[in-house]
Amino acid sequence: MTDVVSPAAGIPKAKSVRRDIGIKGRYAAERRFRAYGIAALSFGIIFLMLLLWSVVSKGYTAFQQTMITMPVEFSQQIIDPQNERATNPQKLMTANYPVVARNALAKLLNVSVDDRVAARAVSQMLSDGVRVQLRDLVVANPAIIGTTQTVRLLASGDIDSAYKGQIDLNVSQENRKINDQQLGWMTQLSDSGALAKHFNSGIFVNGASSRPEAAGVGVALIGSFYMMLIVLVLALPIGVAASIYLEEFAPKNKFTDLIEVNINNLAAVPSIVYGLLGLAVFVNFMGLPRSASFVGGLVLTLMTLPTIIIATRAALKAVPPSIRAAALGLGASKMQTIFHHVLPLAMPGILTGTIIGLAHALGETAPLLLIGMVAFVANYPTTPLDPSTALPVQIYMWANEAERAFVERTSGAIIILLLFLILMNVGAILLRRRFERRW
Amino acid sequence: MNTSLILLILAIIGVAGYVAGARYALALVGGISSKLHSRPGYYGSFVAVWAILPAVVILFVWLVASPMYISSSVRGAFPEEVKTQSQAEQGLSYGMITSIARGMNALTGDEIARIENNPVELRAALGAKGVALAGDPQPFMVKAAAKLNRMTFVSRILMTIVVLGASIGGGLFAYRQIAPRFRARNRVEKVVLGSLVVASSIAILTTVGIVASMLTEAAHFFTAIPAWEFFFGTVWDPRFAAAGSGGSEGQFGLIPLLLGTLYIGFVAMLFAVPIGLFSAIYMSEYASPKVRAVAKPLLEVLAGIPTIVYGFFALTTVGPFLRDISSQLNGLVTGDYANFIQAQSVLTAGFVMGIMLIPYVSSLSDDIITAVPRALRDGSLGLGATRSETIKKVVLPAALPGIVGALLMTASRAVGETMIVVLAAGVAARLQINPFEPMTTVTVKIVNQLTGDLEFTSPQTLVAFALGITLFAITLCLNIYALYIVRKYREQYE
Repeated sequence: MTDVVSPAAGIPKAKSVRRDIGIKGRYAAERRFRAYGIAALSFGIIFLMLLLWSVVSKGYTAFQQTMITMPVEFSQQIIDPQNERATNPQKLMTANYPVVARNALAKLLNVSVDDRVAARAVSQMLSDGVRVQLRDLVVANPAIIGTTQTVRLLASGDIDSAYKGQIDLNVSQENRKINDQQLGWMTQLSDSGALAKHFNSGIFVNGASSRPEAAGVGVALIGSFYMMLIVLVLALPIGVAASIYLEEFAPKNKFTDLIEVNINNLAAVPSIVYGLLGLAVFVNFMGLPRSASFVGGLVLTLMTLPTIIIATRAALKAVPPSIRAAALGLGASKMQTIFHHVLPLAMPGILTGTIIGLAHALGETAPLLLIGMVAFVANYPTTPLDPSTALPVQIYMWANEAERAFVERTSGAIIILLLFLILMNVGAILLRRRFERRW
Repeated sequence: MNTSLILLILAIIGVAGYVAGARYALALVGGISSKLHSRPGYYGSFVAVWAILPAVVILFVWLVASPMYISSSVRGAFPEEVKTQSQAEQGLSYGMITSIARGMNALTGDEIARIENNPVELRAALGAKGVALAGDPQPFMVKAAAKLNRMTFVSRILMTIVVLGASIGGGLFAYRQIAPRFRARNRVEKVVLGSLVVASSIAILTTVGIVASMLTEAAHFFTAIPAWEFFFGTVWDPRFAAAGSGGSEGQFGLIPLLLGTLYIGFVAMLFAVPIGLFSAIYMSEYASPKVRAVAKPLLEVLAGIPTIVYGFFALTTVGPFLRDISSQLNGLVTGDYANFIQAQSVLTAGFVMGIMLIPYVSSLSDDIITAVPRALRDGSLGLGATRSETIKKVVLPAALPGIVGALLMTASRAVGETMIVVLAAGVAARLQINPFEPMTTVTVKIVNQLTGDLEFTSPQTLVAFALGITLFAITLCLNIYALYIVRKYREQYE
């Protein structure tokens, strides 16, 4: 339609007719804008990767532990010189086991224990945890006193770090925790196969310890488990009941408005405030014990409730009114309609929300610090009222330790925590996929 | 009988009541359940509710009230010279009496008889049973402890009788009411509705608990330290008080903490807002569904990572990295390899917190941007605007109130964040503006003041509650304002 030939000759050609509307600049701006978006998105994702990589690369070694396998002579001379273990059972608990271990290692290395400096250097290669290791062996079976047994003992944290290559060995020996002599022994032992890395089951079962090589998250796992159980038992029914009331029964008035605003606000209250609440109300006012996972569970319950309520209400809302109308039409009461029809249909959504809330509670640290979960707990809690710690709190405590080996432990504990979180979230996603209905 | 055993028996009675009630109702109509008003299960539930609910209420009231009554009556029987002592000393004596009472339960009758004549032996006798006493017991304590034990014993027996009686009585009462026309379902549903109301009021109770507990503790603090010294003081130096020393005077100025909080929050927002916003824009306006399906969950993983992990990341990776790179930079420019960024600094904490906040900003703004009606975009694109122009001139202005609301919510999260700043921001409460130096925040100080051994009377401890209420007030205001903006904005399109 534009092929009308221009009659006049002096008119410029079509190309230059086009007004300059800055289209090039605008397209450039468009591309720039888009690039900003991509850059921002990749920045976020890169940092996610960086964070995970930093934790995993520091922490995967924590699942291996350097140990020394050697024949240990359970000498009567050292353990029970006066042969009084029959009359005094305490004797076996307090015997000088570190010396037993040191002598065994010294024998293996051909070092005389009379050379005090060398003997000390030898004993520094073994963890303080060998005391408990050997004691447990002897107490379990006192008959081994006087015999020689092959035992796998923990190497000290410094040896462990050095063997894993985490200590810079180019530094002069005054400035590192392990001297050249010990390094030589280490190579000697590892060449002979006595010293090697083994799977570290201790990190899963041991309690708190000031020695990194003997420290584990066992107590923290139990504490976290108790707390999750309490949160599940309390927060799920209460949250579901509250949501049913608010969503299905509550009249629209000032009071329910207040509850609504309240719940939205509670979801955004900083978690540390819940810790203050727990400290003031549960510990100080009600007199519940500090450091107990029961109190931690209560605090986390209050913290998780808003999340569960919000998720449950969304799930209840998603059930179409036709279901309700049909049930009511067949003569069900309102309560029957909800409990027999609406709630089962909303259950996948509710459970998904609950799992996400639980995962959130599992990673929460700050409120637990305030109710005293930062205790040094070496023994397993038998009830939720016993002192305990939680997994994230254990991470916090280890993060504050200066030793290099604790960095590895901390990262290892973070990996364990993240694995649990991934498990829970994957469970939630699968649940949603499996049961999600499109109405 | 102990409490858990009683609860177990109550549960058994409840189940038995359920079965009996349901069977009885069905038997009344000769097994034809359509002749009943409600389904048989409701009659059973009715009996079970009457058997359990009143009994449990009585049980809990008893459990709370009886120790108070016993304690006041034991204290009432103290000798006159003890009664004239201060409350704290009476409390100590009472604590000792409870220990003695606990220990005496472990002793045999002979031993008790011997000890009552000779209280001096008590400490050793109890020590042998694993009950350590703080001091030598006085004669009146042994008598009081015996009285305490007696009263506790009587109270337990009475409680068991009353609770089980209430349970059986309630069950029988309900059982006898059962009749074919009895409206059991309506009764049971009323109880259920009542429990739903109770459950939803827990949300209110939590808020009331937070406000009340913090206000009372903060009020204690403000009796020791004037409020204006706290809110306008510029020096934070609480001077740890050793237990019992009466608390040496410290200075509790909020200003350095508040400024540190806001500064770190500001740095965090500086990173989080542009990145989060651009990610949200890209995901909602440009990205193909495939990219979106991958990128959105990945960003949300960032929100699922516990903050302690971010804190550790800041402490071991970001902080040392910034420190080293600053010393390298300094070396390149001036030849002096001194670091000008501290490992723990405003920048470290703010940066890592910014990463943590990216998913909050992006998912909240994503929702808001997608909620802008299609017609607005189509109109702008139809007039010849490019996509970015449409976003900048049409979509964002339309979404602006919502985005501001989202940013306010994010800011309240930044203010209340604890673990990152505890590990990465440092503990020095200083008033300064260099982002490369450490500063501290309100949350850090709450944690610092409340970890470790503490007594609930010193201002050093109580200040945490004053800090807490300040924090609560700030986040509450931010959230309410944000909710208000978001709600107002939503109404425009609906």
